[in-house]
Amino acid sequence: MKMEGRYYEEDKLLIFKINEEIDECSVKEIRRRADYEIERFMPREVIFDFDSVTFMDSAGIGMVIGRYKQLNIIGGRTEVANLTDGVRKIFAMSGVLKIIPEIDLEKRLEKFNQTDDKKEVVNL
Amino acid sequence: MNKFSDNEIKIEFISKSNNEAFARISVAAFVAQLDPTIEEISDIKTAVSEAVTNSIVHGYEDKLGIVTLICKLHNNDVYIEVSDKGKGIENIEMAKQPLYTTKPNLERSGMGFTIMESFMDELSVESILGLGTKVTMRKTIKQTDELEDTQVTLEEALRG
Repeated sequence: MKMEGRYYEEDKLLIFKINEEIDECSVKEIRRRADYEIERFMPREVIFDFDSVTFMDSAGIGMVIGRYKQLNIIGGRTEVANLTDGVRKIFAMSGVLKIIPEIDLEKRLEKFNQTDDKKEVVNL
Repeated sequence: MNKFSDNEIKIEFISKSNNEAFARISVAAFVAQLDPTIEEISDIKTAVSEAVTNSIVHGYEDKLGIVTLICKLHNNDVYIEVSDKGKGIENIEMAKQPLYTTKPNLERSGMGFTIMESFMDELSVESILGLGTKVTMRKTIKQTDELEDTQVTLEEALRG
């Protein structure tokens, strides 16, 4: 799937794992799906996982800032994780990482791995 | 000295955003013969993607037109020319400013020219209103004696 989503009810945490190159063409669908799920869950926190993003141009900056603005309105925060070298270079030069921090996703999800109760996690 | 130096390709394609990936991957595959590093190839792909996106989104504003992409190799230099016959840029200096965009409502970051400028060694923009825009970029591929595994192969360039 081009973008996988997971929602952790306990923390109102929504994670998007993007599995394709991000450019002006692909970003339209990413944006549409992300907006749909954000509206549906009203999360407190959204993390974009770039682990399998092999290419990103400036379209990715606009996409992430757009979601950040939206999350701001509903009082949620936006973060990015698993940045590949090329992706980090783009984000770093645009200054985006100052407002949308890069976090350690594995660490963030540690607590969920320890619980047996998987009912709280929704795969989208 | 690389036996493949002095080479040239020209690609023409219609201004559909699906062709952005085709354009940058073609250039990456062609440039691979200069043995660039993964970072150099990534920089070039990004710059091409920005230039082609500009032609499609701003030059033709989603109308159909032809985007012409020329890539030349000379010694260790890569020259890339992306041109369109679209509406042209009113004020090039302003367009090159970081964060400047004529389409903020569409979530354009206004970083296109800034990325081209910083990822390539040289950038020049020529534009005539109503006639079109031509972006020319140059990047020198550094020749290193580093280990083989820092060099990107054609296969890797095509993959990502």
